[in-house]
Amino acid sequence: QSIFVAIFFIFLNEDLREMLESTKESLKLEAMKRIVGLIARGKNASELFPAVVKNVASKNIELKKLVYVYLVRYAEEQQDLALLSISTFQRALKDPNQLIRASALRVLSSIRVPIIVPIMMLAIKEAATDLSPYVRKTAAHAIQKLYSLDADQKEQLIEVIEKLLKDKSTLVAGSVVMAFEEVCPDRIDLIHKNYRKLCNLLVDVEEWGQVVIISMLTRYARTQFISPWKEDGIFDENSEQAFYESDEEKLGTPQSKPYIMDPDHRLLLRNTKPLLQSRNTAVVMSVAQLYWHLAPKQEVGVITKSLVRLLRSHREVQYIVLQNIATMSIQQKGIFEPFMKSFYVRSTDPTHIKTLKLEILTNLANEANISTILREFQTYVKSQDKAFAAATIQAIGRCATNITDVTDTCLNGLVLLLSNRDETVVAESVVVIKKLLQTQPTQHSEIIKHMAKLFDNITVPMARASILWLIGEYCERVPKIAPDVLRKMAKTFTVEEDIVKLQTVNLAAKLYLTNSKQTKLLTQYILNLGKYDQSYDIRDRTRFIRQLIVPNEKSGALSKYARRILLASKPAPMLESTFKDRDRFQLGTLSHTINSKATGYLELSDWPTAAPDSSVRNVEVMEPVKKEISWTFGAPLKSDDKFYSDSGEEEGAGEEGTGSSSEDSSSSSSSSSSNEESDSESEDKNSKHSEETDSSQSDKSSGHSDKKKADKKKRLQLKKKAKKAAPKERYQMHRPPTHHPLTQELWNLRTFTPKMAYTHTGKKKNRKQMVALFLCVQVSSPVFVPMSSHELLHRMTGKGLAAQYHFPRQPCIYGNKMVSVQLTLTNSSDHTLEDISIGEKTSSGQNIHRFSSIERLEPGASVTVSMGIDFNDSTQAANFQLCTKEDQFSVSIQPVVGELFLPVTMTEQDFRKEQGKLQGMNETSATITMAPENTSNQALSKKMVSVANMGVVPTGEDSLYRFAAKSVSSGDLVLVSVDLTDSSSGRLTINTEKTVIGSMLLRDLKTALAQP
Amino acid sequence: MIHSLFLVNSSGDIFLEKHWKSVVSRSVCDYFFEAQERASEPENVPPVIPTPHHYLISVLRHRIYFVAVIQSEVPPLFVIEFLHRVVDTFQDYFGLCTEAAIKDNVVVVYELLEEMLDNGFPLATESNILKELIKPPTILRTVVNTITGSTNVGEQLPTGQLSVVPWRRTGVKYTNNEAYFDVVEEIDAIIDKSGSTITAEIQGVIDACVKLTGMPDLTLSFMNPRLLDDVSFHPCVRFKRWEAERILSFIPPDGNFRLLSYHVSSQNLVAIPVYVKHNITFREGSSQGRFELTLGPKQTMGKAVESVLVSSQLPRGVLNANLNASQGTYTFDPVTKLLTWDVGKINPQKLPSLKGSMSLQAGASKPDENPTIIIQFKIQQMAISGLKVNRLDMYGEKYKPFKGIKYMTKAGKFQVRT
Repeated sequence: QSIFVAIFFIFLNEDLREMLESTKESLKLEAMKRIVGLIARGKNASELFPAVVKNVASKNIELKKLVYVYLVRYAEEQQDLALLSISTFQRALKDPNQLIRASALRVLSSIRVPIIVPIMMLAIKEAATDLSPYVRKTAAHAIQKLYSLDADQKEQLIEVIEKLLKDKSTLVAGSVVMAFEEVCPDRIDLIHKNYRKLCNLLVDVEEWGQVVIISMLTRYARTQFISPWKEDGIFDENSEQAFYESDEEKLGTPQSKPYIMDPDHRLLLRNTKPLLQSRNTAVVMSVAQLYWHLAPKQEVGVITKSLVRLLRSHREVQYIVLQNIATMSIQQKGIFEPFMKSFYVRSTDPTHIKTLKLEILTNLANEANISTILREFQTYVKSQDKAFAAATIQAIGRCATNITDVTDTCLNGLVLLLSNRDETVVAESVVVIKKLLQTQPTQHSEIIKHMAKLFDNITVPMARASILWLIGEYCERVPKIAPDVLRKMAKTFTVEEDIVKLQTVNLAAKLYLTNSKQTKLLTQYILNLGKYDQSYDIRDRTRFIRQLIVPNEKSGALSKYARRILLASKPAPMLESTFKDRDRFQLGTLSHTINSKATGYLELSDWPTAAPDSSVRNVEVMEPVKKEISWTFGAPLKSDDKFYSDSGEEEGAGEEGTGSSSEDSSSSSSSSSSNEESDSESEDKNSKHSEETDSSQSDKSSGHSDKKKADKKKRLQLKKKAKKAAPKERYQMHRPPTHHPLTQELWNLRTFTPKMAYTHTGKKKNRKQMVALFLCVQVSSPVFVPMSSHELLHRMTGKGLAAQYHFPRQPCIYGNKMVSVQLTLTNSSDHTLEDISIGEKTSSGQNIHRFSSIERLEPGASVTVSMGIDFNDSTQAANFQLCTKEDQFSVSIQPVVGELFLPVTMTEQDFRKEQGKLQGMNETSATITMAPENTSNQALSKKMVSVANMGVVPTGEDSLYRFAAKSVSSGDLVLVSVDLTDSSSGRLTINTEKTVIGSMLLRDLKTALAQP
Repeated sequence: MIHSLFLVNSSGDIFLEKHWKSVVSRSVCDYFFEAQERASEPENVPPVIPTPHHYLISVLRHRIYFVAVIQSEVPPLFVIEFLHRVVDTFQDYFGLCTEAAIKDNVVVVYELLEEMLDNGFPLATESNILKELIKPPTILRTVVNTITGSTNVGEQLPTGQLSVVPWRRTGVKYTNNEAYFDVVEEIDAIIDKSGSTITAEIQGVIDACVKLTGMPDLTLSFMNPRLLDDVSFHPCVRFKRWEAERILSFIPPDGNFRLLSYHVSSQNLVAIPVYVKHNITFREGSSQGRFELTLGPKQTMGKAVESVLVSSQLPRGVLNANLNASQGTYTFDPVTKLLTWDVGKINPQKLPSLKGSMSLQAGASKPDENPTIIIQFKIQQMAISGLKVNRLDMYGEKYKPFKGIKYMTKAGKFQVRT
């Protein structure tokens, strides 16, 4: 028959071959569909390879795709023929359409033919520098494929990975980290420079990439940061807030070194937290494990709610999540205790889910909730699922040993179960009672007697053996019953199971030693039976026992110790969770699930004892545009030259000062030159400067900053002593309470220089040249500043305090990621308002630079103050509290998208060049119709710049208008062009990497132009 | 990551295989079959099975096992979540995900799997992108295709993958612009013998069907967003906006999708809309047992409790049940011992009841445990938690969409212990 089938297939194949060679597309397609059907069913269709490969260049997309499927499946077996198709892909790699390039690379790299390795390598290298992020993503995928085909290419591939890791596109991030994990997971040094970028991109990466990045960052963080768990005692009691406050005090006593979290460590924790809300269970689990392995103990609690939510998902998800919760609940039962009821077992759960839930409930049991749990267990014991009932009995046993209050109750309950009809339940109860009695041998002779009574009815060997062992072990407590049991056993010895026989022999021996008068004959009888038993184990044991207990000439010295050997007090067995040692594996991994090391499992290292250098994560000249503000904005305010009297002699110092006045000098130092200085040195200079600043500005500083000043001085002295201290100490000295860690250094400086800008005489010229190399873009002063202001707080709601805000469109002096906002505060009440300030608590994630508090505001008077807000390039409102001495008012500033920019000037040529780089998905455009009033040259420009803070780019053409700006926070270019087709309509195009902002701006501009 | 995928039906046959890297012999599934044999119920097959060279991670949906073969360390949930996405996609494409449907559409299945994974790493899992790549088969299209020889594979290349809103396809056009939202809440509860609630939770979802032209930007606000204790979003929802203002702001995918799922804190008291009076007894030594069950509504705010279905797994010793239903029909399967009673709507004036006797195996001892009763029901036009949508606004497009919102409460895992 098999021959018949074979012949049938040959015919079938012939048929298909003919169809493939026909000229009709539809016939070819039909043939390919049938072939794919064969492949899907696991049938061999490799014979048709030559006929199929011919169609690789087909015009029909479906046919082509099916040929690809076939090719990838069989290329390995038909290597020579597969080479015929390569040239098609090579041609497609040069296609102008990015999707065709990507798909060609995808198939090419999937063909597992070693000969084409060099071709693949070349293609990958080229694709890695492709303009399209989608092609670059495909390149990242191809890296792994090539690596698995030829591991010798590792070095070259690492180079490509290094390049792709620098990529800023969210599309690429997940795939390249995947490649990194597969090819060179040990090259942690490649991550340093990209760490912060990865953290910041994470939320926007597609969900599968998020899982991979998070697990990689978990490993990374464990090697780079020091443990946040050091002072467990303090951590448990104090909230984060209190913890930081206590640091400030402790500064005086340097010998007790308090733990300060690295700001990068905090960044990771903060940026992953929103992902707990993901719909993807794998993402939620990976964030949960990250928190478990990296967060301070008191913060781990945030993950519980999300994990419990996952329990609503499919059974397979439940299984994995419950396993992880089981491991967690051993170490920190506190965090899951409020959710105890979510782990109650339902009769419809599969058995493995039930046992896991039971495990967790047992782990969570404590004095307070044990009665509830035991009541719940009572229901489970009666379950029809007997395996589960048995597991419940074990769980009761564990509760009884862990919580001494309920030991007796549990024992009594278990004894009741001894009369249960089900054998497995009885057997399990006996075994658990045995263990329990062993841990508490006092005065339980009643239970032993009861068990002895039940002995005749119990048939499960394990249970019988357990009872015999118990009676033997405590035979002195039940002197009357024990010999009787032995007598019964002597009768049935021959028909018992091996395990029971062994315990009978044991019992006999023990009784012989304690009560030889009554049992001597019985023992000898049993030993004789055992001597001729079929099982050699029992014969062995019998022989051994006989020599041990019956003294004769040959037995020698050993029998003297028989009593001590047999009746030694035995240590009680520990009733422990099976998940006790699971925490040696990283949570959420396959290894954790199967409880053994899976292939390719990467060990999570222990925290380093001393923090590695954190400056390795500093990124130099990453975003050159961003740096510009720090000096260009200073130019018009050039007034404090004298103040910088010493900046001439030490250029580096002046520069450092600049860095810290405008941005966080540690996170992204302002230029490469400053990086060359050692950390402690620059630190020192930095503070020197601040001090000077301080003194010269002391008249302006308020009471609040006075305090800071004292603080600072103290710190400065300290710092001089500890000049060579580890870099992490820097954070320790600078950390203000509850502040954005990245800008903490800044914060310190800012507080006593509230209204002042720095100017940079030092290297200004050099820097400008440098920047010119990067981009011919200059931040310019705003073309137009709208005077309209918006209401922040109405005088009625503000109890007399009215506030209005206005965007002055000046670069913010408090930080170059901030948008400056002017507040006009008016007192319209009839009494003086005191101490107007912004409250400490800001609910949203934005970073806000507060204005220094206003001590008095007379009735009718008004005052204008400026503040800075980092909107993070989104139009999300900044919420904060405006406080007076008596009241607090919650207010929010909702920025218009146009205010999130800074105008830049550039030449037309540069504009075109930049625009060319921002094609494709970075481009949004719309046709516009304009109100007749706006059509004139000037009116149009005016309209545009009033909507958004943009600079005008000069153009040669009449009907073409160009505007350029960059986003304040990230410094990405935003290029706007208006192309008028006729007098009242035209096309509006926006090119920017910030596509969301781009589309919002487009909308705003469109409506503005349509209005007169 | 994922090496190969095998689809196994309930009788243990592999009916589809797909490999993303080099071919893994299907004999690897023998380990799976072993585990399947050992498990008493189909659900008891462990989801993760280690074998000497590979690891098998499987999910069971619609009586089909999707067995993924893994070669090295990978988060198991990653694979499980992906497999469920595959099933969801099949369901989306073929209406139902059965062995027959998969076999009939084996080419589409293959094309889908090819797009969803590249080298074992997920590539395109958004249904909107996939539908642009591969058109779902419809009867009309199949007929047209056979006549004209055109294909299911999309002619134009998908741009969705490249856009900032990868979940939405571009160039959407509708003549009737409509957006419907279903707020569906499920009550999970365990009720004990005496009728008191042991645990009760509300799990809700908002499923949306959005058919809007262009790129609409929607905002949805609630009257009482504080009710939502724990939420998870479709990736389209802007998380920061929610954090700050408790408003759902999003550019929706085209078609059906789950916007939000939420959990109403278990600290709040959950109103249980039905009560059960029961009396199930087995007497020692007698071969008869009594069975009495009465259902009634409570705390339903005047809404009718509909589609009530009661089921219970009776003990193994029960041979047959002789019952009388005051309304609806009941069935008892003597093999699986499953009793189901299709009640329909509860009439508060005349409460439905099911009474009668059970005959037990002669000589068998009295069962230890009374059976658990599982109840399913639906209540239209009510969200039991009291969640209310305040308003839905659309920005970014000019037309006026038709908006609709529907509330429903259902029983989730609702069990009564007797």
